[in-house]
Amino acid sequence: MTSNLPADLAKIRDEIREIALGYGLDFFEVIYEMLDFDQMNQVAAYGGFPTRYPHWSFGMEYQRLKKSYAYGLHRIYEMVINNDPCYAYLLVSNEPVDQKLVMAHVYGHSDFFKNNLWFAHTNRKMMDEMANHGTRIRRYMDKYGADDVEDFIDVCLSIENLIDPHLPGIRRRPRPEPEDEDDKAAFTEQRPGELPAKEYMDPFINPSAVLTEEAKRVREEQESRKQRFPEEPERDVMLFLLEHAPLDTWQQDVLAIIREEAYYLLPQRQTKILNEGWAAYWHSTIMTQSGIMTNAEVIDYADHHAGTVAMQPGRLNPYKLGLELFRDVEERWDKGRFGREYAQCDDMQAKANWDQELGLGRQKVFEVRRIYNDVGLIDTFLTEDFARRHRLFTFGYNERHEQYEIVSREFEKIKKKLLFSLTNSGQPIIRVQNANLDNRGELLLRHQHEGIDLKTDYARDTLKHIYKLWNRPAHIDTVIDDTPRRLTFDGRDHRVRKLS
Amino acid sequence: MADRIERDSRRFKKVVRGHIKKNLRKYMSQREMIGRRGRDAVSIPVPQIELPRFKFGRKQTGGVGQGEGEPGTPLGPAEGEQSSGEAGNQPGQHILEVELTFEELAELMAEELELPNIEPKGKKTIVSEKDRYTGIRRVGPESLRHFKRTYKEALKRQMAAGTYNPDNPRIVPIREDKRYRSWNVKHEPESNAVIIYMMDVSGSMGDEQKEMVRLTAFWIDTWLKHQYESIERRYIVHDAAAKEVDEHTFYHLRESGGTLISSAYTLCNKLIDEEYDPEEWNIYPLHFSDGDNWGGDDTRKCMDILREGLLPKSNMFAYGQVRSYYGSGEFIADLDAAFPVEEKVVLAEIPDRDGIYDTIRAFLGKGR
Repeated sequence: MTSNLPADLAKIRDEIREIALGYGLDFFEVIYEMLDFDQMNQVAAYGGFPTRYPHWSFGMEYQRLKKSYAYGLHRIYEMVINNDPCYAYLLVSNEPVDQKLVMAHVYGHSDFFKNNLWFAHTNRKMMDEMANHGTRIRRYMDKYGADDVEDFIDVCLSIENLIDPHLPGIRRRPRPEPEDEDDKAAFTEQRPGELPAKEYMDPFINPSAVLTEEAKRVREEQESRKQRFPEEPERDVMLFLLEHAPLDTWQQDVLAIIREEAYYLLPQRQTKILNEGWAAYWHSTIMTQSGIMTNAEVIDYADHHAGTVAMQPGRLNPYKLGLELFRDVEERWDKGRFGREYAQCDDMQAKANWDQELGLGRQKVFEVRRIYNDVGLIDTFLTEDFARRHRLFTFGYNERHEQYEIVSREFEKIKKKLLFSLTNSGQPIIRVQNANLDNRGELLLRHQHEGIDLKTDYARDTLKHIYKLWNRPAHIDTVIDDTPRRLTFDGRDHRVRKLS
Repeated sequence: MADRIERDSRRFKKVVRGHIKKNLRKYMSQREMIGRRGRDAVSIPVPQIELPRFKFGRKQTGGVGQGEGEPGTPLGPAEGEQSSGEAGNQPGQHILEVELTFEELAELMAEELELPNIEPKGKKTIVSEKDRYTGIRRVGPESLRHFKRTYKEALKRQMAAGTYNPDNPRIVPIREDKRYRSWNVKHEPESNAVIIYMMDVSGSMGDEQKEMVRLTAFWIDTWLKHQYESIERRYIVHDAAAKEVDEHTFYHLRESGGTLISSAYTLCNKLIDEEYDPEEWNIYPLHFSDGDNWGGDDTRKCMDILREGLLPKSNMFAYGQVRSYYGSGEFIADLDAAFPVEEKVVLAEIPDRDGIYDTIRAFLGKGR
């Protein structure tokens, strides 16, 4: 695709680009595409990648967007794709002031994609990669039949949330044992449980009985470890199935494709608040401080900005929360409102007027955008003062009144709830516990229950899909209504069993 | 890209169709579909078409929000939440509404119920004339001028006259060159149908019974509409006397008197004689009752009317007997005894809503 930006907008783009660079933003070059609303809905249905593999769920999403656009329920002003160069889609019918706002916003996103740590592992040529995926899947469809391939994609998409969010940053599997003879010797030199000791003290510090005992324990541990499969519960269920499920080559490839896309999209879920907050912070800064906006545009800008950061009762707007947190951090570091001295000050007056004129704010927000994700952001920078100023509360479902109600305004509870809802992007944590249950080759998953039950009907249907991959009965251990239970699908029937 | 989204939309439609087909029996016993009926389409709520995942049930989750209020302050209903107690168990569940034309719905029915196409009678005798713009004439309004033909005629003329210059190919049509699109009359066999609904509205027919009739009638309607180009409906209610009413009254009227079924059959017969020539119309009298008739004399009279009047004129006579607490339910047995081998008579008992599926199959399965 080549950019189809008209000359007047190209001029605005160049201006905004210069301003953004002047503020120290460091972004992938952005290619803007103008789309009409229908094209925009199409692109949005494909998650921003027009070249994606074919699947009916994109058709469903398109129909939904089309309908809700027709009824005036939503309007997509802009979309940005994490890619180098970064692709951004603009709605052709936007007013010039909207286009300015959107462009400034997009440079914020692009800067975030490029610099945030959690995006570091993503493929920056994903536009091409997605097209390759599409081609491969289309080829499989030609060869093995569209229905079969699409059904298999259904199955894969059903488990696309069962990945390990920390995989890009942590090595879970032990390094392969060193082949080198010298290294091997170094490896075995120290016996298990042995402490370093001078020779004359050795019999006392490392009594041989204890060492024998310890060696035996370690050996047994290793033995039982070998009997377990997987040795440790596996968080990346997709990977486990990819490596061990009885799949055809093309099925492996399809599963691998969907897994790769899931990992690519993961950081966008991990940094929703930060990413949108950062973009909102920059569009508001650029629009209101750089002089790009004409006087006539101020009202429209204010209106649309307010629309973007508006809060609906009962739900949190990531744009708003992110923007306010960035502003709060900037102010605190500008005025030195952090650290022990500030925290321990109990003079409210002094606190309210606290200003050490440090001017570290800008530097700090850049640091925040570099190394944090949403969980870290909330954990580190959500203060009691902030929660009170922004009237945050927790809400829950009241069964007696059959409605959602405000539950509490206590800071600790708010923070806990918020962190909980962000953990694992709000997905249940599920691991492969045992792939050879009762020595019958049955697959056991385990849901780490943290107080919220799974949606049972969905869980059942998902098990059905996992059965299709594993080809043997599939189970999941979870908790339903405070009782540990095991859900099973054995190829014909569903069963629920209480666990003792 | 437009092709791609078209393709995926089509696939999505196919998935939906498969889902509806699989659950047709369930949909047939639900009134929701009728409630969402438009002129040409119904919208069908299709729950759970999204891909299953392991995810949290919403009930216990809650979350963090922003705004005024004290603990205990109710929040506005969350998106997609239903207000009824039942649905409150799964608030926020995403229910998709899919629009389906009656045409598509009828096709689904045909596939799932394995309904044969109806062979309309009178197809040979009734012919309608239709204009189709398939011809060309030398006169006509300028708006219908056929440019290509006109151009060709002018070119031919100029070449024949030797005024055509290949280096300066200017073709100027004159009046004689002009050609216009025009119509030809096509004779097309047409088949019309009339459905005459008759229902017992005596005291023993309760709301639930009427609801079952309504649902059955909806599906029969959908099917016959699919089979005939145009369709008319007439509604007759009866207790001890019969009268013709409009659709709304038909389903909502409640009388208390006794029951004389023959009154309805007489009226129906009269209606056919006056307005619907059996040579031209496919006639479908459908009668619903709880099977309670007043005395053997009247039942005998009914059989006579059927045998001599209604049956020879109709494609099919269908009788659906809904189960009620009060009815004796004998009429269906009487009919069965009177017409043991008559193909035009179709009988069905509708015990409850789930029975509607089989009833429709019985009614429409003969292809008449």
